[in-house]
Amino acid sequence: MSEEKHHISSYTSHFLVLGALLLLTAVSVAVTSLEMGKYDTLVAMLIAGTKAAIVLTWFMHLRFDNKIYAIFTVAVIVLFLLVLYITFFDYSYR
Amino acid sequence: MSASTATASEHVSFLEYKGKYKGILGWILSTDHKRVGLLYLYTMLVFFSLAATLGLLMKLQLIAPGYTIMGPQTYNAMFTVHGIIMIFVIVVPGLPAVFGNFFLPLMIGAKDVAFPKLNLASWWIYIIGILVVLSSQFVGGWPDTGWTFYAPYSFRTPANVLPALFGAFILGFSSILTGINFVVTIHRMRAPGMTWFKMPLFPWTLYATAWIQVLATPVIGITLLLTVMERVWGIGIFDPNLGGDPILYQHLFWIYSHPAVYIMILPGLGVISEIIPVFSRKRIYGYKAIVLSSLAIAFVGYFVWGHHMFTSGMSGRALFAFSFLTFLVAIPSAIKVFNWVATMYKGSLNLQTPFYWAVSFIFVFMVGGFSGLTLGSLAANVHIHDTHFVVAHFHFIVFGGTGFSFMAALHYWFSKMFGRMYDRGWANTGWVVFFAGFLTLYLPMFGLGMQGMPRRYYDYLPEFHAGNIISSLGAILMIAGAAIVIVNLVRSARHGEKTSEKNPWGGKTLEWETDTPPTFENWEDIPSVEERPYEYK
Amino acid sequence: MEKNTEHTTHVHRDDEGDKLGMWLFIFTELLLFGMLFLIYAVYRFRNPVAFQLGGEELDVFIGTFNTVILLISSATVAMSITAIQRGNKKQALMLLGVTLFIAVVFLVNKYFEWGAKIEYGFYPGSEALMELGHGTILFFGLYYVMSGIHAIHILIGIGLFIYVVRQIQTEKIHSTDYIWLENTGLYWHLVDLIWIFLFPLFYLIH
Repeated sequence: MSEEKHHISSYTSHFLVLGALLLLTAVSVAVTSLEMGKYDTLVAMLIAGTKAAIVLTWFMHLRFDNKIYAIFTVAVIVLFLLVLYITFFDYSYR
Repeated sequence: MSASTATASEHVSFLEYKGKYKGILGWILSTDHKRVGLLYLYTMLVFFSLAATLGLLMKLQLIAPGYTIMGPQTYNAMFTVHGIIMIFVIVVPGLPAVFGNFFLPLMIGAKDVAFPKLNLASWWIYIIGILVVLSSQFVGGWPDTGWTFYAPYSFRTPANVLPALFGAFILGFSSILTGINFVVTIHRMRAPGMTWFKMPLFPWTLYATAWIQVLATPVIGITLLLTVMERVWGIGIFDPNLGGDPILYQHLFWIYSHPAVYIMILPGLGVISEIIPVFSRKRIYGYKAIVLSSLAIAFVGYFVWGHHMFTSGMSGRALFAFSFLTFLVAIPSAIKVFNWVATMYKGSLNLQTPFYWAVSFIFVFMVGGFSGLTLGSLAANVHIHDTHFVVAHFHFIVFGGTGFSFMAALHYWFSKMFGRMYDRGWANTGWVVFFAGFLTLYLPMFGLGMQGMPRRYYDYLPEFHAGNIISSLGAILMIAGAAIVIVNLVRSARHGEKTSEKNPWGGKTLEWETDTPPTFENWEDIPSVEERPYEYK
Repeated sequence: MEKNTEHTTHVHRDDEGDKLGMWLFIFTELLLFGMLFLIYAVYRFRNPVAFQLGGEELDVFIGTFNTVILLISSATVAMSITAIQRGNKKQALMLLGVTLFIAVVFLVNKYFEWGAKIEYGFYPGSEALMELGHGTILFFGLYYVMSGIHAIHILIGIGLFIYVVRQIQTEKIHSTDYIWLENTGLYWHLVDLIWIFLFPLFYLIH
């Protein structure tokens, strides 16, 4: 059992993370007015994915905790994406 | 731990232990993993008897064409309730809830599971789920959709489907909580020295199973919830009249229910991997191969769900992909069979009841597996889809696989659980009758299916009569066998010959080092582990 | 953990194990919402125009506002953990108070947003909705289901926060034993995580 010291994040780092998240939200809303055709959703999902990664890494502490949590989280996301991908084997070619 | 802290009460077995509550409350409010395991066992015994009776009645109906003892609607209700109880109440929780709860902490040298209260809570949730399903009887009759609740029938049928949907949804929570509990227990509570690759195989398969429980059960949860909403509010998600796609329901349903098949079978594979080396007096052949193939089954098992839907109208490309992946998942299962047989080779076989169950398991598992490959190939599937061939196949796997390994486990660990031994003569007789009945019941169904007899019909054409007569007689024989086995075990649990022998079979895993039956906290001192399991010299 | 005479020898504290349990629970939630996103993906793929028109019906301002406050509440929870670790009970309580307030505001916004649509006659099974095309029915069906289930999670979060605040007040949670707060925080970030995806998929398609 690991009795290592817990990492304490400073208020400043939380503010920085929040700032980044709010900035990305603003970008996400702003680019909606640009006409990018089919890339719209792709861009929106990329921004959302970045935001999610930031929340997972800092707010949810994956960066400082035991690596096993990060590995599991990535594995679960990959699993979901694979299920999504395979489902579209049906819908894309029907 | 100093020995001075040990009080006299620590040597009382968990069966006699007196805690805060007395009598039955001492059981249904106990957080002791062993008592919780037995609670599940008793509950399953009751509901297995109920659902098996329904199965027998269906087989009696099918003994001759036309109306024999029930009409079509009753028959529909029966296969639905039989399926819901057998799947959601017996085989999905089955081995993990009973033997996982009882033996996981013993086998890894822990005092309990990681979250004992949550463990008890999952039994209570399980009971509530069962009661909600059974409440159908009092609030509008039984459902008639089959346990799969396929859209759009499940929200169009006038029959009463909501309690069954809700009940199955609640049962899912019980399954998730058990899964979370086991993963954390295995990660955090292994005895000192027990590295991952020194862990016995039953805990390994429980670990793989627990991950499926955690990651697949929410899928059925949301699917059933959406079906409830569809029925109540008409949200349109699965309703073709409102733009929904009923095939998407099938996708979601099987994204859970195919991995669920591995929830059912993986712990069974673990039990067999425990029993074979002990009764062969040999180290298990290919320990790591068994571990890795369990994890591989759990992983690949996620991506084969579409083979339940070959005739649903999926795209051709999806058909090929799913068929290919299905053949892929057969490999790790076959690896295991190879390992077991190689373990027995040149072993010093000890022919006892658990070993009989284990060997017959390998046989039925192989029949089930090969018929699964038949079903997994596209062209054959179109011919035998939704026929009795499918019924035979999944009973060979789900009942043959999980049921036989459950019985093997029960006969293997019985004395540890109850501190008494069963009558071996009756146990062997029961096995013979059951096995013979099982084969007589299900083997003819393969033939009936290939001839084209559809499943889920209360009636059939006269040309299917011969096969059905044999099958129905087999059902009677099998139920007789089950009765012998169960009566023998129930009698022995109460009046059998007392034993405190710690290790009757000469097992090498940790559970055989505890008292028989174990004390409340399993261990006075947590054992430490140096050797790999199954080191026979 | 409560002291129970029967189980005193039983109780072992394992914060890391508790955290692992919470993460596993989060994974089940990810897959639960994941399947809803899968349904969304399939139907949007089949009804691209209807989903675009449906999205334009939703109020971008209210959606953005809720996104912003939910992100802020995630930050305040994270900060409350810092405060507890530093032994600053008062600051922790204040930060949790802000979180709780934001959670309630989020639901109030949702109430007005849903209320306006229901008044307009747009709810699952409504006549006004049924007259529209299949894609629109699906879009609003998913909108209600997904934001509804998300809102239920916010409600559960509120319950958890009230419990945690009480535990801090009674010193059950303190600078060396704060796993309950940490796990509640993880849960709240999950709720935020889901919303991060719901927001662009419903409010920002055009």
